[in-house]
Amino acid sequence: MIHDKYNKEVTGAEALILALLDAGAKDVFGYPGGAIMPIYDALYDYSDKLKHYLVRHEQGAIHAAQGYSRVSDKVGVVFATSGPGATNLITGIADAQIDSNPVVCITGQVASHLIGTDAFQETDVIGISMPVTKWNIQVTKAEDIAPAIAKAFYIATSGRPGPVLVDITKDAQFGKTIYNYKKCEGIRSYIPYPKVNIESVKQAADLINKAKKPFILCGHGVLLSESQKQLLELAEKGNIPVASTLLGLSAFPAQHPLYVGFLGMHGNYGPNILTNECDVLIAIGMRFDDRVTGKVSTYATQAKIIHFDIDPAEINKIIHADVAVIGDAKESLDLLLPLIESTNGKERKEWLKRFEECHQIEFEKVIKTAVNPTTPSIKMSEVIDKFHKLSEGKAIVATDVGQHQMITTRYYQFHDTNTNVTSGGLGTMGFGLPAAIGAKISRPDKQVVVVVGDGGFQMTIQELGTIMDYNIPVKILLLNNNFLGMVRQWQQLFFEKRYSFTELKNPDFVAIAKAYGINGKKITERKDLNGALKEMLDSKESYLLEVLVETEENVFPMIATGASVSEIILE
Amino acid sequence: METTYTISVFTEDIVGLLNRITIIFTRRNINIESMIASESEVKGIYRYTIVITVLPERIEKIVKLIEKQVDVMKAFYHVNDEIISTEIALYKISAEAIKQNELFIKTINKHHARIIRVSFDYIVVQKAGGAKGIMDLFNDLEQFGMLEFSRSGRVAVTKPMKTLSTYLKEIEISNSN
Repeated sequence: MIHDKYNKEVTGAEALILALLDAGAKDVFGYPGGAIMPIYDALYDYSDKLKHYLVRHEQGAIHAAQGYSRVSDKVGVVFATSGPGATNLITGIADAQIDSNPVVCITGQVASHLIGTDAFQETDVIGISMPVTKWNIQVTKAEDIAPAIAKAFYIATSGRPGPVLVDITKDAQFGKTIYNYKKCEGIRSYIPYPKVNIESVKQAADLINKAKKPFILCGHGVLLSESQKQLLELAEKGNIPVASTLLGLSAFPAQHPLYVGFLGMHGNYGPNILTNECDVLIAIGMRFDDRVTGKVSTYATQAKIIHFDIDPAEINKIIHADVAVIGDAKESLDLLLPLIESTNGKERKEWLKRFEECHQIEFEKVIKTAVNPTTPSIKMSEVIDKFHKLSEGKAIVATDVGQHQMITTRYYQFHDTNTNVTSGGLGTMGFGLPAAIGAKISRPDKQVVVVVGDGGFQMTIQELGTIMDYNIPVKILLLNNNFLGMVRQWQQLFFEKRYSFTELKNPDFVAIAKAYGINGKKITERKDLNGALKEMLDSKESYLLEVLVETEENVFPMIATGASVSEIILE
Repeated sequence: METTYTISVFTEDIVGLLNRITIIFTRRNINIESMIASESEVKGIYRYTIVITVLPERIEKIVKLIEKQVDVMKAFYHVNDEIISTEIALYKISAEAIKQNELFIKTINKHHARIIRVSFDYIVVQKAGGAKGIMDLFNDLEQFGMLEFSRSGRVAVTKPMKTLSTYLKEIEISNSN
């Protein structure tokens, strides 16, 4: 009943819980400590409405919240205490900022009279988090808590999403206030959805209609704006090939004949090399990351560039846009689509054939042996290929960072939308396992598999405790090469094989999993691979499958740092 | 070629916002030459006037990043020709200067400066103007014994006539759509 909640005197801590519920939060990832104890005390009475997951390290909480937000339209919520609790969130906040994840972090702070006195567990989390948050605020009064939460949710989710942080002093948590909640619907200084300029849409349509060799680059913005259908329609109407950035994966069905692959440093051959052959480049919700562009001065210089983005600061940041369409991608594409001439699949056949030819080259030189190797040891690529086939591309796949990540994004063909959970911009090792936990809690209906390497797994391995505690059926596919593989690959290629501190002496991972009550298996031979993957996928509970893979496998194709996209090497 | 730009930022009055803006410069290793914060002609809206020298291709990107901050209403940048600007400087001179009274007064007049305080041990001179004029006076006054010197940052108004309230209205319309 509404009337017993509003206009009632409550503590600031209770007001926070009520405000989170009013903002639509259902799950929280957190870790208690001194400065956030009143909030945890209030939570005690609401644990049936607001489900709290006690992680084993604050970094686990923030990555879980990211994974939670990435696979649905829900907002990730995090609790942490002051000082070390708050600073332990920073890596994840930076990751959420660069990858545009809507996350609301609540940190406890020492009482306001102690601020600035070097009190126990006091740190300037507002100052520290400022460069990596979309917005942050310190609240020192109980009555300011609910409005701050309303604003935090609005800012985190609107426009280009991002992480926000609300730091609440202990006296504000203890203080009394009359609870009221008013949803934030606008801030006068903030324009989350710039009005789309119809003239620029017309110019874009004109360029696309005249193009002989148009090429769509699909980014994370397509997922964030939920414009997958519009993108599909644009591609089909114009018979235009679509390639995806790392974070754009799963926005366009990988099985679609117009899907030509994955862009960037370890992406597919065709989409990279043909970036420098297209005549109109249509970038949608992507930011021309250096891992996508390679050498900027030689990037698509022959093409007219159309850049769709909601963030005006992304326009002309890296690549000059001949036509910039600023605004929500869905709204922009809805305006664009009626202006696109239908080709009925007849036009641009020669151009599409170029992608097929490139795919054939990549298939012969890379993919064929990668998914069907004759080497004595197992290759990461064949593991992912088999995992893809067994799961029909329908699992939510979280990855950590490194070779296994690039192999997964290359060989897992995402069938369902919003199923790729990876740390793109920041490249945070340790992201995978907690992000998968969050993803599974967000989407319990989906099979969630995290692919990790032996390095990154050990950076947040403590979250096996969270899996055990809450019985979260996350499947862990550990590709173990006993190396920090990606760094080793670079040492091999660019540092004369001087393998400086990249070889890992590893523990018995299966035994560790078993200590947490998680069933698992290690396999070393190819013949056991299919059966073991099936066993992992069929398990009703969390499961660790460790696959011992080739020690010195390299990820190819590759665009070396500073090289042009057209200089991608295949072997 | 590196150019000097005056950036005007109109913001809400919020603790820490200045820091959010300065880190945009520090992250990019850009030196802030001067920065002034004061209330603007619209009550409750603050104006930061920031002077930096950067390559022309960088300025637009920087201003967009400032404008991207949630609590920033609007940010503009102008080259020197597009603004009317001034600075103010205070020069504390040893009272010994009185001994060369005629030359001292002549120097002050030449620079259109004025004496705002005469005390037993020192004299304070004030000058408003461009950076060059201020430094020229500094050089001329040094011979009298400079005890202290302090310069404000640049304050500026723009020559273009569009008012802040027009922009605020535009933002309002944009958000209500």
